[in-house]
Amino acid sequence: MPVNPEAVGRSYGPFEPYEVTRVKIREFADAVDAFSGAHRDVAVANAEGFADLVAPTTFAVVIAQRAEFHVVTDPEVGVDFSMVVHADERFTHVRPLVAGDVITTTVHIDSITQRAGISMVTTRSELADADGAPVSTVLSTLAVREAA
Amino acid sequence: MTESTSPSFDGLEVGQVVATREVAFTRASLVRYAGASGDFNPIHYNDVVAQEVGLPGVIAHGMLTMGAAASVVEEWAGAGNVSDYQVRFTRPITVPNPGEAVIAVTAKIGALDEERRTARVDLTVQHGEARVLGKAQAVVDCE
Repeated sequence: MPVNPEAVGRSYGPFEPYEVTRVKIREFADAVDAFSGAHRDVAVANAEGFADLVAPTTFAVVIAQRAEFHVVTDPEVGVDFSMVVHADERFTHVRPLVAGDVITTTVHIDSITQRAGISMVTTRSELADADGAPVSTVLSTLAVREAA
Repeated sequence: MTESTSPSFDGLEVGQVVATREVAFTRASLVRYAGASGDFNPIHYNDVVAQEVGLPGVIAHGMLTMGAAASVVEEWAGAGNVSDYQVRFTRPITVPNPGEAVIAVTAKIGALDEERRTARVDLTVQHGEARVLGKAQAVVDCE
Protein backbone atom coordinates (compact mmCIF):
# COMPACT_ATOMS: atom_id res chain seq x y z
CA MET A 1 0.00 0.00 0.00
CA PRO A 2 1.45 3.38 -0.95
CA VAL A 3 1.75 6.30 1.43
CA ASN A 4 -1.52 8.20 1.81
CA PRO A 5 -0.94 11.80 0.61
CA GLU A 6 -4.01 12.94 2.54
CA ALA A 7 -2.12 12.37 5.79
CA VAL A 8 -0.45 15.80 5.34
CA GLY A 9 -1.25 18.12 8.22
CA ARG A 10 -1.72 15.38 10.80
CA SER A 11 -0.21 15.96 14.24
CA TYR A 12 0.69 13.52 16.98
CA GLY A 13 1.37 14.11 20.63
CA PRO A 14 2.34 15.61 22.93
CA PHE A 15 3.72 12.34 24.26
CA GLU A 16 5.02 11.38 27.69
CA PRO A 17 7.87 13.84 28.36
CA TYR A 18 11.44 12.72 27.65
CA GLU A 19 13.90 13.29 30.50
CA VAL A 20 17.39 14.20 29.29
CA THR A 21 19.97 12.47 31.50
CA ARG A 22 23.72 12.79 32.00
CA VAL A 23 24.19 9.10 31.27
CA LYS A 24 22.40 9.33 27.90
CA ILE A 25 24.32 12.47 26.91
CA ARG A 26 27.66 10.75 27.67
CA GLU A 27 26.58 7.62 25.82
CA PHE A 28 25.50 9.61 22.76
CA ALA A 29 28.66 11.75 22.84
CA ASP A 30 30.76 8.56 22.84
CA ALA A 31 28.78 7.16 19.88
CA VAL A 32 29.36 10.25 17.68
CA ASP A 33 32.95 11.00 18.80
CA ALA A 34 31.96 14.28 20.45
CA PHE A 35 35.01 14.86 22.62
CA SER A 36 34.14 18.07 24.48
CA GLY A 37 34.34 17.88 28.25
CA ALA A 38 31.02 19.75 28.43
CA HIS A 39 29.30 16.48 27.37
CA ARG A 40 30.95 14.51 30.17
CA ASP A 41 32.03 16.61 33.14
CA VAL A 42 29.51 18.84 34.96
CA ALA A 43 32.26 21.18 36.19
CA VAL A 44 33.41 21.80 32.60
CA ALA A 45 29.82 22.33 31.43
CA ASN A 46 29.21 24.82 34.29
CA ALA A 47 32.43 26.68 33.47
CA GLU A 48 31.22 27.03 29.87
CA GLY A 49 27.95 28.55 31.07
CA PHE A 50 25.63 25.52 30.94
CA ALA A 51 23.41 24.49 33.83
CA ASP A 52 24.43 20.84 33.40
CA LEU A 53 25.98 18.53 30.80
CA VAL A 54 25.19 19.86 27.33
CA ALA A 55 23.93 17.51 24.61
CA PRO A 56 25.77 17.08 21.29
CA THR A 57 24.27 18.93 18.29
CA THR A 58 22.26 15.97 16.96
CA PHE A 59 21.13 14.55 20.32
CA ALA A 60 17.61 15.86 19.69
CA VAL A 61 17.18 13.00 17.20
CA VAL A 62 16.87 10.63 20.16
CA ILE A 63 13.73 12.50 21.19
CA ALA A 64 12.44 13.31 17.69
CA GLN A 65 12.69 9.72 16.42
CA ARG A 66 10.49 8.52 19.28
CA ALA A 67 7.85 10.99 18.13
CA GLU A 68 8.32 10.15 14.41
CA PHE A 69 7.72 6.51 15.29
CA HIS A 70 4.04 7.40 15.78
CA VAL A 71 3.91 8.68 12.19
CA VAL A 72 5.61 5.71 10.53
CA THR A 73 3.49 3.20 12.45
CA ASP A 74 0.16 4.96 11.80
CA PRO A 75 -1.68 2.55 9.45
CA GLU A 76 -3.57 5.48 7.94
CA VAL A 77 -0.28 7.04 6.78
CA GLY A 78 0.85 3.74 5.27
CA VAL A 79 4.66 3.83 5.57
CA ASP A 80 6.29 0.42 4.94
CA PHE A 81 9.29 0.80 7.23
CA SER A 82 11.32 -1.87 5.42
CA MET A 83 11.20 0.40 2.33
CA VAL A 84 12.37 3.57 4.07
CA VAL A 85 15.58 5.48 3.38
CA HIS A 86 16.48 8.62 5.31
CA ALA A 87 16.68 11.50 2.80
CA ASP A 88 17.47 14.57 4.87
CA GLU A 89 17.52 15.97 8.38
CA ARG A 90 17.68 19.42 9.95
CA PHE A 91 17.98 20.68 13.53
CA THR A 92 17.20 24.23 14.55
CA HIS A 93 18.02 24.91 18.18
CA VAL A 94 16.68 27.83 20.21
CA ARG A 95 19.09 26.66 22.92
CA PRO A 96 21.10 23.49 23.46
CA LEU A 97 19.52 20.58 25.36
CA VAL A 98 21.04 20.01 28.80
CA ALA A 99 20.80 17.19 31.34
CA GLY A 100 17.74 17.69 33.51
CA ASP A 101 15.57 19.00 30.68
CA VAL A 102 12.11 17.47 30.57
CA ILE A 103 11.08 17.67 26.94
CA THR A 104 7.61 17.44 25.46
CA THR A 105 7.32 16.75 21.74
CA THR A 106 4.62 17.09 19.13
CA VAL A 107 5.20 15.90 15.56
CA HIS A 108 3.52 17.18 12.41
CA ILE A 109 3.43 15.76 8.88
CA ASP A 110 4.48 18.84 6.91
CA SER A 111 4.51 17.39 3.39
CA ILE A 112 4.12 14.25 1.32
CA THR A 113 5.22 14.36 -2.30
CA GLN A 114 5.09 11.42 -4.67
CA ARG A 115 6.78 10.63 -7.94
CA ALA A 116 8.21 7.62 -9.72
CA GLY A 117 7.10 5.18 -7.04
CA ILE A 118 8.76 7.10 -4.20
CA SER A 119 6.97 9.06 -1.49
CA MET A 120 8.90 11.78 0.33
CA VAL A 121 7.45 12.25 3.79
CA THR A 122 8.60 15.28 5.81
CA THR A 123 7.90 15.42 9.52
CA ARG A 124 8.53 18.32 11.90
CA SER A 125 9.06 17.59 15.58
CA GLU A 126 8.69 20.52 17.96
CA LEU A 127 10.52 20.08 21.26
CA ALA A 128 9.56 22.24 24.23
CA ASP A 129 10.84 22.34 27.79
CA ALA A 130 8.92 21.93 31.05
CA ASP A 131 7.90 25.62 30.93
CA GLY A 132 6.53 25.16 27.42
CA ALA A 133 9.34 27.22 25.88
CA PRO A 134 10.51 25.99 22.45
CA VAL A 135 13.94 24.29 22.48
CA SER A 136 14.42 22.64 19.09
CA THR A 137 12.74 21.95 15.77
CA VAL A 138 13.71 18.73 13.99
CA LEU A 139 12.81 18.31 10.31
CA SER A 140 13.18 14.85 8.86
CA THR A 141 12.41 13.55 5.39
CA LEU A 142 12.00 9.86 4.68
CA ALA A 143 11.99 8.43 1.14
CA VAL A 144 9.55 5.52 1.04
CA ARG A 145 9.76 3.17 -1.94
CA GLU A 146 6.59 1.43 -3.04
CA ALA A 147 6.82 -2.34 -2.84
CA ALA A 148 7.26 -3.79 -6.34
CA MET B 1 33.20 32.17 36.25
CA THR B 2 31.79 31.45 32.85
CA GLU B 3 34.08 31.12 29.90
CA SER B 4 32.32 31.15 26.59
CA THR B 5 33.78 28.73 24.09
CA SER B 6 32.27 30.44 21.04
CA PRO B 7 34.82 31.19 18.33
CA SER B 8 35.64 34.82 17.64
CA PHE B 9 33.79 36.19 14.60
CA ASP B 10 36.46 38.72 13.76
CA GLY B 11 39.18 37.35 11.54
CA LEU B 12 37.08 34.57 10.04
CA GLU B 13 37.23 34.30 6.27
CA VAL B 14 35.01 32.54 3.77
CA GLY B 15 36.84 29.48 2.49
CA GLN B 16 38.86 29.02 5.66
CA VAL B 17 39.10 25.39 6.82
CA VAL B 18 38.32 25.34 10.56
CA ALA B 19 38.48 21.60 11.30
CA THR B 20 39.17 18.25 9.67
CA ARG B 21 38.97 14.70 10.99
CA GLU B 22 38.96 11.13 9.74
CA VAL B 23 36.46 8.82 11.43
CA ALA B 24 36.50 5.02 11.12
CA PHE B 25 33.16 3.19 11.41
CA THR B 26 33.19 -0.48 12.39
CA ARG B 27 30.26 -2.78 13.15
CA ALA B 28 30.92 -1.94 16.80
CA SER B 29 30.39 1.78 16.02
CA LEU B 30 27.00 0.96 14.50
CA VAL B 31 25.91 -1.15 17.48
CA ARG B 32 27.03 1.59 19.84
CA TYR B 33 25.12 4.25 17.89
CA ALA B 34 22.04 2.03 17.71
CA GLY B 35 22.04 1.75 21.50
CA ALA B 36 22.79 5.42 22.10
CA SER B 37 20.14 6.68 19.67
CA GLY B 38 17.47 4.01 19.96
CA ASP B 39 17.53 3.36 16.19
CA PHE B 40 17.54 -0.44 15.96
CA ASN B 41 16.73 -0.80 12.26
CA PRO B 42 18.39 -4.16 11.42
CA ILE B 43 19.89 -2.83 8.16
CA HIS B 44 22.52 -1.31 10.48
CA TYR B 45 23.67 -4.63 11.97
CA ASN B 46 22.14 -7.61 10.14
CA ASP B 47 23.68 -8.60 6.76
CA VAL B 48 20.78 -10.85 5.79
CA VAL B 49 18.16 -8.15 6.33
CA ALA B 50 20.31 -5.53 4.58
CA GLN B 51 20.63 -7.72 1.48
CA GLU B 52 16.94 -8.65 1.51
CA VAL B 53 16.00 -4.99 1.14
CA GLY B 54 18.44 -4.53 -1.74
CA LEU B 55 21.41 -2.94 0.02
CA PRO B 56 24.98 -4.02 -0.78
CA GLY B 57 25.44 -4.87 2.91
CA VAL B 58 25.07 -3.41 6.38
CA ILE B 59 25.15 0.39 6.18
CA ALA B 60 25.92 3.08 8.74
CA HIS B 61 23.03 5.08 10.17
CA GLY B 62 22.82 8.34 8.22
CA MET B 63 22.40 10.00 11.59
CA LEU B 64 25.70 8.51 12.79
CA THR B 65 27.48 10.15 9.85
CA MET B 66 25.61 13.39 10.50
CA GLY B 67 26.42 13.24 14.22
CA ALA B 68 30.09 12.41 13.69
CA ALA B 69 30.40 15.33 11.23
CA ALA B 70 28.75 17.64 13.79
CA SER B 71 31.40 16.63 16.31
CA VAL B 72 34.07 17.92 13.91
CA VAL B 73 32.32 21.31 13.75
CA GLU B 74 31.91 21.33 17.54
CA GLU B 75 35.61 20.74 18.01
CA TRP B 76 36.09 24.23 16.55
CA ALA B 77 32.77 25.83 17.57
CA GLY B 78 32.61 24.55 21.17
CA ALA B 79 29.81 22.45 22.62
CA GLY B 80 26.32 23.92 22.38
CA ASN B 81 27.21 26.61 19.83
CA VAL B 82 25.69 25.10 16.67
CA SER B 83 22.21 26.62 16.31
CA ASP B 84 21.20 25.09 12.98
CA TYR B 85 22.47 22.01 11.18
CA GLN B 86 21.16 20.31 8.07
CA VAL B 87 22.27 17.55 5.72
CA ARG B 88 21.05 15.47 2.80
CA PHE B 89 21.97 11.81 2.76
CA THR B 90 23.29 11.21 -0.75
CA ARG B 91 25.09 7.83 -0.53
CA PRO B 92 24.93 4.99 1.98
CA ILE B 93 28.17 3.91 3.67
CA THR B 94 28.67 0.15 3.64
CA VAL B 95 30.49 -1.05 6.76
CA PRO B 96 32.35 -4.34 6.21
CA ASN B 97 32.80 -7.16 8.72
CA PRO B 98 35.59 -7.48 9.62
CA GLY B 99 37.07 -4.11 8.75
CA GLU B 100 36.09 -0.46 8.79
CA ALA B 101 34.70 2.32 6.63
CA VAL B 102 36.63 5.57 6.89
CA ILE B 103 35.06 8.96 6.28
CA ALA B 104 37.00 12.18 5.88
CA VAL B 105 35.27 15.30 7.22
CA THR B 106 36.30 18.83 6.24
CA ALA B 107 34.62 21.86 7.83
CA LYS B 108 35.04 25.13 6.00
CA ILE B 109 33.54 28.61 6.42
CA GLY B 110 30.85 28.93 3.74
CA ALA B 111 29.35 32.30 4.65
CA LEU B 112 29.53 34.97 7.35
CA ASP B 113 26.63 37.00 8.73
CA GLU B 114 28.04 40.23 10.11
CA GLU B 115 24.77 41.34 11.71
CA ARG B 116 24.04 38.14 13.61
CA ARG B 117 27.71 37.30 14.12
CA THR B 118 27.16 33.76 12.87
CA ALA B 119 29.29 31.63 10.60
CA ARG B 120 27.88 29.07 8.19
CA VAL B 121 30.18 26.07 8.17
CA ASP B 122 29.99 23.88 5.06
CA LEU B 123 30.91 20.26 5.54
CA THR B 124 32.40 17.89 3.02
CA VAL B 125 32.13 14.26 4.04
CA GLN B 126 33.94 11.83 1.75
CA HIS B 127 33.95 8.05 1.80
CA GLY B 128 36.55 7.06 -0.77
CA GLU B 129 35.55 8.91 -3.94
CA ALA B 130 31.93 9.38 -2.88
CA ARG B 131 30.45 12.41 -1.12
CA VAL B 132 28.07 10.88 1.39
CA LEU B 133 26.39 14.07 2.62
CA GLY B 134 24.98 16.86 0.46
CA LYS B 135 24.14 20.43 1.48
CA ALA B 136 25.72 19.79 4.86
CA GLN B 137 25.65 23.15 6.65
CA ALA B 138 26.00 24.16 10.27
CA VAL B 139 25.35 27.64 11.63
CA VAL B 140 27.69 28.58 14.48
CA ASP B 141 27.06 31.42 16.94
CA CYS B 142 30.28 33.42 17.33
CA GLU B 143 31.50 36.01 19.81
